[in-house]
Amino acid sequence: MTATVEMSRGDAQAHERQVPPLGGFNLTALKLEVRRVLRNRRTVMFILVFPSVFFFMFGLSAKAQAQGGPAAVAYIMISMAVYGAMVGTTAGGAAVAVERSLGWSRQLRLTPLRPGAYVAMKVLTAMTLGLIAIVTEYAVGAATGVRLAPHVWIMSGLAGWLGSFVFAAFGLFMGFLLPSENVMQFVGPVLAILAMFGGLFIPLSALSPTMRTVAHFSPVWGVGVMARAPLIGGFTSGAVLSVIGWTLAFGMGAMALFRRDTARV
Amino acid sequence: MLAVDLQNLTKRFGPVTAVNDLTLQIESGEIVAFLGPNGAGKTTTIDMLLGLARPDAGTARVYGKSPDEAIARGEVSAVMQNGGLLKDFTVAETVAYTASLYSQARPVGEVLERAGIAEIGDRRVAKCSGGEQQRLRFAMALLSDPRLLVLDEPTTGMDVEGRRGFWTKIREDAERGRTVMFATHYLDEADAYADRIVLIRQGSIVADGTTAEIKNLASGRVVRATLPDADAAALRALGGVTNVELRGDTVLVQCSDSDVVARYLLTETAASDLEISSKNLEAAFVALTTDSAAENGASR
Repeated sequence: MTATVEMSRGDAQAHERQVPPLGGFNLTALKLEVRRVLRNRRTVMFILVFPSVFFFMFGLSAKAQAQGGPAAVAYIMISMAVYGAMVGTTAGGAAVAVERSLGWSRQLRLTPLRPGAYVAMKVLTAMTLGLIAIVTEYAVGAATGVRLAPHVWIMSGLAGWLGSFVFAAFGLFMGFLLPSENVMQFVGPVLAILAMFGGLFIPLSALSPTMRTVAHFSPVWGVGVMARAPLIGGFTSGAVLSVIGWTLAFGMGAMALFRRDTARV
Repeated sequence: MLAVDLQNLTKRFGPVTAVNDLTLQIESGEIVAFLGPNGAGKTTTIDMLLGLARPDAGTARVYGKSPDEAIARGEVSAVMQNGGLLKDFTVAETVAYTASLYSQARPVGEVLERAGIAEIGDRRVAKCSGGEQQRLRFAMALLSDPRLLVLDEPTTGMDVEGRRGFWTKIREDAERGRTVMFATHYLDEADAYADRIVLIRQGSIVADGTTAEIKNLASGRVVRATLPDADAAALRALGGVTNVELRGDTVLVQCSDSDVVARYLLTETAASDLEISSKNLEAAFVALTTDSAAENGASR
């Protein structure tokens, strides 16, 4: 005990105090953060369990098997993976709302963590959740008989994952917009509607022509096209532009709200 | 070097002046209570000291640095009344997360030990009592081994036992030489744990001194002695005497400097059974923080 006291005393005054590199950004915090999020049952339900259940209901039902064959099952698996990733990345970004309402953000302002590093960690947490959602969904698919060429697994997974970045930005935007602990209760239904426009729940061809036109301008459309392209083709530069455009829009919106949020009064 | 140097701080919220031209200096190693009723401007002052709020006028320096710089380097840390915690983290994870944000931090086990929560490291924050959560915030504040520790109403909502336990830990820690500044509206806390009390009212400092000095300022002390045929005029002529009352053979002298009166009585008169009493801090607090006292406020 005495040793501790002496050590502390000396250290408190003597050592040259440093500012942490990268504004406090670090992988230990990131690891703890991801582990914490995955401990939340509701989050796990929404990003891992629900998409898998949907896959079982729609993809593995006798009707789908009979009508579309293995390609339809793979199509639904990819769609559900993208859905899981978009819920995961949105939840990851929207976590800032929870942390603001709980006062955790204020607590963090008493540490060397810079606001930019905080947002960077939120985005990476969101993308990690998105990746976990896709990998889980693909594992469920593979375990239940989906067979695809290696490049289709990788390319569709990668496209779905990278495309879901738009929802990390969307989540951040909503997170800074809505100072609520229950932000996902509002955002969840919005995501379900968007998923419809992205052709994740029903093929876009099943929508009316008007709805199909609207769908083209929704944030999910591009992600859906990109993720399914390795399987069924149809890749267009318009899809990439849509993802980039929406990411910029949400990202800039989030940035503006973030500036307002961290401005000192 | 001064631990805290606040110069002419002013902060307005619309028409309300929360902090009014406040100047305060704290030497390294002092334990200072920032005492005042709710709404006196304690939290606003602390927010400016920590860089959470920007003063409309004046400057705040911590160990010669701007608040942001001092926080980034871990020179100052704080236990805030309203700082949030994440429910899904365990106690140890919360500390480990915070530790990772500093360039140098004390080991997690060590700060848990010092805050007295080593045995609940694996407990989820959601399952911790208010007192345990406050100790957790204290543990987080110890990570950078800060030279200045700021506590804003740290025991609000704790039961008596929780408060005592919390302060025991703070006191143990302060004995290592850390500068501590805490805001409170509990008089007994200021009285029991601070070396110096700064009384704030309507955004201004109305008194500043040791606990004994503060008690003296408001009500002074009463020197009581048995002295037949006391010379009331001579007593009134002594420095700092505010009132002399004769009750038969008993003389009661209200004064701000009891030493002078006692010395006079014992050396120049036949007084016996001399007794000095001071009003408690509560009386001082009420006297200094009500309107009539504002103008007679003294500072050291």
